[in-house]
Amino acid sequence: MTELIEEYQLLDAFWMTIKLTAYSAVISLILGTILAVMRVSPVRIFEWVGTTYVTLLRNTPLTLIVLFCSLGLWGQLGIELASRDSPTFIVDNGFRLAVLGLSVYHAAFVCEALRSGVNTIPLGQAEAARSIGLTFTQSMTQVILPQAFRGAITPLGNVLIALTKNTTVVAAIGVAETAYRMKAIAEFEPSLLMVGFAIVALGFVILTLPMGMLTSYLSARLAVKR
Amino acid sequence: MQRTSFRLAAVLAAGALALSACGSDDGDSGDDGDGTGAGGGSGDGITIGIKFDQPGLGLKDGNEYTGMDVDVARAVAEKLGFSEDQITFVESPSAQRETMLQAGQVDLIFATYSITDSRKESVQFAGPYFVAGQDLLVAQDSDIAGPADLDGKILCSVTGSTSAENVKAEVPGVQLQEYGTYSECVEQLSNGTIDAVTTDDVILAGFAAQEAYAGKLKVVGAPFSTENYGVGLNQDDDRCEDVNAALTELWEEGTMEQIIDDNVGAAGFTPNPETNPAEAGGHCA
Repeated sequence: MTELIEEYQLLDAFWMTIKLTAYSAVISLILGTILAVMRVSPVRIFEWVGTTYVTLLRNTPLTLIVLFCSLGLWGQLGIELASRDSPTFIVDNGFRLAVLGLSVYHAAFVCEALRSGVNTIPLGQAEAARSIGLTFTQSMTQVILPQAFRGAITPLGNVLIALTKNTTVVAAIGVAETAYRMKAIAEFEPSLLMVGFAIVALGFVILTLPMGMLTSYLSARLAVKR
Repeated sequence: MQRTSFRLAAVLAAGALALSACGSDDGDSGDDGDGTGAGGGSGDGITIGIKFDQPGLGLKDGNEYTGMDVDVARAVAEKLGFSEDQITFVESPSAQRETMLQAGQVDLIFATYSITDSRKESVQFAGPYFVAGQDLLVAQDSDIAGPADLDGKILCSVTGSTSAENVKAEVPGVQLQEYGTYSECVEQLSNGTIDAVTTDDVILAGFAAQEAYAGKLKVVGAPFSTENYGVGLNQDDDRCEDVNAALTELWEEGTMEQIIDDNVGAAGFTPNPETNPAEAGGHCA
């Protein structure tokens, strides 16, 4: 079992999974927050853009988005996210395209999770904020969003766990993460396939279980008492 | 309350229907013993695993199956005593071939299946029926003449294939892009994003022979490995030697040359004369 882990660089693969998750989580959280603000904003065109984004991205298969990033953005449109002269061009470019694909997809889910958080706040608070003279930005950043994040911890945690497992999709564009190494095991060590499955499954449980526990803990601790 | 439980029951019933539909589907394609689909005669049909996405080798086009592996499979099945309509073709993607054989979902696999020692631990092989060699597919105007020219270039192959690992070991300066299928690699090659695609020469010839890429791509023609294409069988299958005999006959009759020329010859590809005709035998369990 240790040999299998060493020979197929499963630790590196899990590290890659963690990196993909971390980068995508941060970017999709930022993008999702912007989208959520757009969706609850009073400006019609922003609301429309946010709604369209969520509808389109949430209902498109992730595989398609990730493949489009590689074959469409890079292949057809020539958009490269790393320097072509770099000796690690393919690795960097693939990683960044994968993060891009994962981020834009999960931003739609982050947006919806946050919007559910916004909906837990009584409308009177927004009205009160406006009536004491706070601007839209001020009422968002000082009244609505802090409470929305606290109310949305559980759905956000669910998105994070889904994101962790969804990183396996980027094996389709050749990023050396866990599912990619598992394909190699299936190809070169078919007799050890089940052991490989078990290691990978265990690895993901180790990654996602603490996330779930932390989510439950935080959501109980930070819940807005009303 | 009553309405809710009625809805619940309806959903459950629909689910059960969907599940049972799946079950009977599996039975049809996976079980070669039911004999209902076979047109009388000896009764039982034969299920053969092929690739569905490799032009020139194994391709599903509507309801038609074409390619070299498909034609060899048909010829072998005929020699084993199965008529054309007793053959059921199913898709056997690279990573699932051993599993499909072990689970009995297919009887034979003709899917550019290289005979290797680690695979022989879980399945047995008849053949080889063809010896391919790893080669490069490049743009028509490219000056890449072999693996040595690949330093600093971008090479494409599929995830979890032996070809990629081979080149990585030989030319450390090469950058490797991997996709799920060769079609994606060839697409990226034809739009100039990457410099070369590597895998077995006959597979590359199949792509180069496609109409969409006519005149755009060429196989370099300097094979640097040998891949023995075998017929995969379950380890308990006793037809392995029969398949060997059938394959030897196909080469002796000249049928094999004809099949190769018909399917992948369009781009000027000929099998490596040093290694072909392949000597079938020696890999049965």
